[in-house]
Order: sequence, then C-alpha cells, then structure tokens
Amino acid sequence: MNQNHLLELAEDVVRRALAAGSTDAECTIAEGEEFTANVRMRELENLKEAGSRGAGLRILIGRKTGSAYTSDLSSEGIARLVHSAVELADITTEDPHAGLPDAAELGALPGDLRLYTPGVEGLDTALKIDFAKRAEDAALSADARISNSEGASFDTHTGRHIFANSRGFAGEYRTSYCSLAVSPVASEGDSMERDYWYTLARGVDGLETPEEVGRIAARRALRRLHAVKVETQKVPVVFEPRTARSLLDNIFEAVHGMSIYRHESFLAGKLGEKVANDNLTVVDDGTLPGLFGTSPFDDEGVPSRRTVVIERGVLKSYLLNSYAGRKLGMKTTGNASRGLAGNAGIGHGNFFIQQGVQSPEQILAGISNGFYVTELLGFGVNIVTGDYSRGAAGLWIRNGELAFAVSEVTIAGNLKDMLLGMETVGADLEFRGSVAAPTIKIGEMTVAGR
Amino acid sequence: MKYMRFSESIFAQRFQITRQDLENYLAEALSRGGDYADLYFEYMATSSISIDESMVKSAAQGVSVGVGVRVISGERTGYAYSGDLAPEKIRKAAGVAACIANGPGKVDKVDLNEGALHNLYPVVIAPTETAFSERVELVKRADRAARAYDPQIFQVQATYADNLRQVLVATSEGVLTLDRQPLARLSVSALARHNGGPPQRGHAGGGGRVELSFFLDQKPPEHFAQEAAREAIAMLDAVDAPAGETTVVLGPGWPGILLHEAVGHGLEADFNRKGVSKFSGRMGQKVASELCTVIDDGTLGSRRGSLNVDDEGHATQRNVLIENGILRGYLQDKLSSSLAGSSSTGSGRRESYAHIPMPRMTNTFMLAGQSDPQDILRSVSKGLYCANFGGGQVDITSGNFVFSASESYLIEDGHLTRPVRNATLIGNGPEALKYVSMVGNDLRLDEGIGVCGKEGQSVPVGVGIPTIRIDRMTVGGTA
Repeated sequence: MNQNHLLELAEDVVRRALAAGSTDAECTIAEGEEFTANVRMRELENLKEAGSRGAGLRILIGRKTGSAYTSDLSSEGIARLVHSAVELADITTEDPHAGLPDAAELGALPGDLRLYTPGVEGLDTALKIDFAKRAEDAALSADARISNSEGASFDTHTGRHIFANSRGFAGEYRTSYCSLAVSPVASEGDSMERDYWYTLARGVDGLETPEEVGRIAARRALRRLHAVKVETQKVPVVFEPRTARSLLDNIFEAVHGMSIYRHESFLAGKLGEKVANDNLTVVDDGTLPGLFGTSPFDDEGVPSRRTVVIERGVLKSYLLNSYAGRKLGMKTTGNASRGLAGNAGIGHGNFFIQQGVQSPEQILAGISNGFYVTELLGFGVNIVTGDYSRGAAGLWIRNGELAFAVSEVTIAGNLKDMLLGMETVGADLEFRGSVAAPTIKIGEMTVAGR
Repeated sequence: MKYMRFSESIFAQRFQITRQDLENYLAEALSRGGDYADLYFEYMATSSISIDESMVKSAAQGVSVGVGVRVISGERTGYAYSGDLAPEKIRKAAGVAACIANGPGKVDKVDLNEGALHNLYPVVIAPTETAFSERVELVKRADRAARAYDPQIFQVQATYADNLRQVLVATSEGVLTLDRQPLARLSVSALARHNGGPPQRGHAGGGGRVELSFFLDQKPPEHFAQEAAREAIAMLDAVDAPAGETTVVLGPGWPGILLHEAVGHGLEADFNRKGVSKFSGRMGQKVASELCTVIDDGTLGSRRGSLNVDDEGHATQRNVLIENGILRGYLQDKLSSSLAGSSSTGSGRRESYAHIPMPRMTNTFMLAGQSDPQDILRSVSKGLYCANFGGGQVDITSGNFVFSASESYLIEDGHLTRPVRNATLIGNGPEALKYVSMVGNDLRLDEGIGVCGKEGQSVPVGVGIPTIRIDRMTVGGTA
C-alpha cells in the first residue's frame, strides 16, 4: 500500500465513523520498519528486522467519546474498528470539554523539515554490523581494563505518520533515524562498572564516527571504577548534560496541561510567577528542522510551534493539547501526543534549556567540595509535591576538579528549591534526542551516603 | 476445564493456519542451517476505561495480531516478525530470520506435538469478553468510594484495564503449546489537601489473571479506592525523610520490590552468561543473611506474574534463587540454558510478538520467617518503616539498586511516629540482604499491579515479602 492509500484510508475511516453516527472523528495511522544489529565481544549477536502498522480511531457522539485500534487494515478490520469505537461512546460520560481543535487551529508547517533521509531503509546489513563492530572494538581497545561488554547496537527506523479528522485536516509525514550505541564494562580488582555512549541522526551520514562513540563510552566506564560511598552532606551538585536532561523531563511533567488542571503539579497556578533562577530559560520548539522533537503538526493536526515555557526564571506557559486548553480557558500549544488508542495526551517537541556562557570546566572551577552527577537511578520524583530523591553515581568535585568516583548514594531536595537553585547554566548545549540540556549547577542538595 | 487443542485455537479457526503450515515455516526458518527455530503467534485484545473528575472520559479497545520468527545459530539470534498472518508474510519473516545462519539446512522435518500444560488461571470468560456496562461500574465505584473516604480528597482518577492474550509457540524441537492468558487490573490515584494547602497523592491497585467476579467478590473497587485515599491523607502530615544510613523495616507485600531489584535482575542468566552482573560467578556463595530464602515462582494460581507456559513454550516452574542466604540458581531462558548446558527454568518471556525473548522474573518473593511483625518494630529504637513503594531500578553491573518509598514512617522507640516524605532507598545487590536480621511470619504477595521493564520490554510481574528488618541501608532524604 503506498502512502497515498494510507492517507485515503485515514480519511475513509473518518467518513465511515461519521456515517456510523459519530459527530466528530479522528484517525491516526502509523507504519514503521525497524532494523537492529547487535554485536557483542566482536561477534554478531542478534539481527532483527520487521515492519508493522496499525490504525487508531477516536470518535465523539456529542460530548461522549470512544476509541479503538487495530493492526488489521483490511476492509473487515476497518469495519470492526469503527464499530468498536462507536460502541464505547455508550459507556462514557458527557464531558463539556471533550472535542477536537477548532478548524482554524488546524494545519501543518510548510517546507521540508528534514525528518526523513532517503536510503535509511536500504542500508546494507554488512555496513550496519560493521558500524556496531567498530564502535565496540574502539571501546574494547581503549584500555586493558575494558575486558567485557554488553555489546554495541546499530538501529534504524523509518516511519510514516498519518492523521485525518472530521474538521477537514488530513496530513502525513515520514521520519527516519539511525542510532549507534555501545555499553562497555570496565573492571579492576573487585570493581566492575558499565556505562554507555551513543549517537543518533536522521541519516547515517549524520552519525558521529563509531570510533569516537566507542572511545567516549570506554572513558565513561573507566572513570566510574573504584567508586566509593561518601558521607552524608549538603553540597553543590553539578548535572552533566546527560543527567541534566532528566531535570527537563521533570519540568515537562510539571508543566503538562493535564497535571495542571488536576492540581497534581507543584507548578499548577504559578503562571507569571518566578519559579526558577534568573539563569533558567526553558523552550519547547517543534519546528527546528532535522531535530528529533520536530514534526509538521501535532497528533491533533495542530501545527507545531515554539513555546517559551520558563523565561529567565518566570513561568510563561504550560504545554497543552486542545482538551487541556479548554479545561484551563487557554489555547492548545500544539503539543498533542498519542498512540493509536485513547484520547490525545501531551508531549513535547524539542524541549531544551537555553545555554549559558560558562564551560563545564569553568563551572567546576568554582566548587571546592561538590558532586558531579553522571548517572541517576530510579523514579523518586513526586511532581505533586516536588519532592526529589534519586539514586546517583558520578565523580566527587575537590577544589574545582573531578577527584574520585562515587556511587551508591542518593541526591535529594525539592524541585521548587532546585529550580530556584540552578545558579549556573553551561554553554555546552547539544541535541542528542528531543530533550537537551547543558551542564547545570544547583547550589545545594543533600547527598546521602554513609 | 480441558486444554485448548491447536485445532480449536483462534489461529487454526480464524486464520486457517494448519499444523503443516507451522512445520513448513519452521523448515523455512532453518533452511540456512540454524540450530533452533521457534514461531510465536499472538492475538491480543485489550480494553481500558478511565474516570477523571467523576467523568468516564476515556474508553478504548483494540486488537493486534502478529507472529515472531526466531532462529538461533550458536550464540547468534535472527529475528523477524509480521503483523500480518498471510502465509507469504510469515514465510518472508522466516526467510529473514533464517539468514542469521549461513550454511546448508540441517533439519529435514519437524514433527509438532502438543504437550500438557499447567492450568493456573481456569478463567472461563475473560474480563475482556464481558459487557462494557459491567466493567465501567468498577471505575465509577472507585471514584465514589475514594471521594467518600474523606472530604480532604479532591481529585480521583481510576483506570480499569484488561487484556486477553492468546499465544501459540511452535519450536523446531517439536513443541507445540497454546495458552490463553487473561489479565486485568484496576488502579486508583487520589489527591488530598488540607484547607487548600499543598496536595499529596496516594495510589493503590491490583488484579490478576482472574475473572471479572474477582473485582466484585474478592477485591472490590472500594478496597483499592479506600487504600489510595488513606495513603494520600496519611501523607498530608509528612515530615522530611532522614538522610544517610539507618535501620529500615519493610512492611509485607509490595515492598518485595526490594528482591526484584536487589537480586532478581542480577540473577537473570543472560547477564551472568556474559559476566556483566555483580552476581556473576557467585553461585554457591553467601549473598544474603541465612534468614533469606528467595523464590521466583511462575506457577502461583491466578497471579499477575504467573504463566502456564513461558513465551518460549516451556512450562513455568518454582525456582529457588537464594536458599538460607546461599545463591542457588539463575533464571534461564532457552538460549542461555543451551549455552550453559542446563535447562530452561521457564523464564523466557517477551513483551509481544515483536520482541526477542529473554530471561525474566515471574512472581519473586521471600519465604516467611519466625518473627512476629510487632516484635520486629519493637526491636528498632530509631529507623524507618516503609509500608509502600513506587518503582525501583538496578544497575546490574555495579549491583547498585534503588526503590522509592511512597508511604513510610519514622520509627522511634519501637513505635511508628510521623509519616515522612517520599524518599529513595539505595543499596548494593549482593551486600544489602546480608543485613537482614529479622524476617516476619507474615509473607504477603502484592495486589497484582507490577510491570517490569528490561531492555525496552515490559512484562507483568508480581513480588512479595514478609515484614523484614534491615540493620543498615542508605535512605535518601534531606533531614
């Protein structure tokens, strides 16, 4: 089935839903092909290859909703899909805010957003295996203490996203990506530590070299060896970009429109207030060509856009789909996100912290005693209260330098205080995925250890 | 109830797949010289209903169908899948998976035989097959009960979700197994606040491989709703959690997540075969106090983590992981056990037909000890009592694991005093259980809500533990 057929199919599903009694309908179709090659200890371990597709339908009958999905796109399968969604409207409740975006809000960004690179699906299997082997070999060859590995993997994915609704929207776009990751294991004496590094891009030409990825992964694993547990104390904590990203994940949850109207976020009701340090500006931008959080339209058919969420410490906007917008008396920010089944949720585009001016070295130089966090473990963040307590590993900062490895400790505080305490934002922002942060320093957190 | 035969399965009846077809696909999969092949057919029907602000805002149902073809050649695995059961699509997947091997075919013909299975969840009508009008009542009742519990409860969300997975596994060793795996759960989240102050949340939920009557007769929606509301209210007065090493008492049930993170993952055979687990090479060594015996058992009736047959067609079993503190066994799947020259422990699981199986846990728990739970509390002059947890995670290579307390209390002079704010507990796998100094006689399994993630694959699991005292563990608070 070619792409036009899938777009026509989505429009047809919407028509059939209306014919079956729906007053509004929206149909999502997703099609994807994936390939994975895993290599371990310089030998091929797994090859995986396949494609799949599915369709989802959400309907409204007045202010009642129902939804269904199927992997069967045959005429019979589509008939069942429509029946299944319509049938469920019987058991849901009239919700005065349920609905689709207004027709005026619908649309797609013009031009080529560079989300798809031709040729990704035709890449030679031998070349993909070779990329993984070279990355792992670079890690294993980096140091005698790297004597084991969890392997390296080369993944590709191509997809097609189709969306149509009964307000006249029909659109589609294609995506592709390639990624290369390696997880070496360093050991010496009783100490054994694993770390990883990776590169990803829309096409194979955008990847960093396998050798570079392998060397960085090895260096990361090696510097964790002989980690100790430090004494419990309150110190400045520096998050490297990989762990700083997780703070953005927390901020995203806290400005998520659904959490706001339910009052289950510590940032609910704080619009226009100072919630973070003056140095902190957080942006969601789904329009940046080629990046991983970019799309021409969101999962309700609203064009992606740039939204400043926090500007120099002041909370400027929540992230909303049309439902959360109606609940809050606001407009959608084009952040609807959904799988095949159910109502639209909320997602982010490229969600990032605007970079500052200091290099990571300059940030560390100002700290006589502190903790540089390179790994976080667990889910100990409560967005309702802001309470934050997570397992951590990293390096201890002594007199402005990284002195020794630390593990089996926790870092704790409250996100309200942590946001206000983000004293320094680094100049090292880079996009390695749809969430990106530079190095961040928080003035004080509790490190719990011995 | 009798076992389902192949000829009665949805795959034979609706998709017209014959035994001969299965044998042909396996032959195609081995045509390039692979050592072993299997086919995993899956027909999955799901439904979910959610209530929020006392309105049923979402109801969804759907079906996905597919087949995964795996070929093993030495230590290598080739895998391909299709979301379409048309013969040419399955043959194509078999041909792609076959390419992991490179040589002449070694197997002439596969003869498939149906074996007998456990019958752990004799569910006649799966919840997924019942009327929506009955199931929607569960979330409405949960909403009403949580709000009625206390006027300080101001937000309630409840989700009921079920699925019915029908699977067929056919292997080149001649095994043909079928299973029908129902699963249902109800979860409730409640927010409480006092006089417009800052809110606190409580969670509860449960279910299993049960009929819908479970939620009417055994664990009604009110049970979970009141528990979620109680936790939210209890946490309103929470004080800062302590920071640093202290004595920790875990309550019975869901706190068994400790075992899942501290030892369970580290004992999965793939990590140990590769020598990347902190438990690698420690078989027969002491890794816990002699009070600790830890079991992984996929054969408990109706439990969320139980399976009649694992996702490689092998019957599940009861596996002793740690016996009186000594490491006794790993969790093995087909590949790891073949390479180790041992046999599968029925632990090969996968999220769906689109995933390669690997060793996973089922229901992981510690056997009951001798101590009265009240005596355990009374023995602690200063420490932390953890009644409930959120999620956990482990770095299997360093052995460091965490699990996050969602409801805990200070222990002072043998009594629970103040509730404390959410805190993460951290420890190291082979060390943490050495500090277990008392084990209660009150083993309890969790209510049936656990999901375990590994390498991007999620599977339902269970945990359980009696009340235990751990003399030393790091608590990640701020006080």
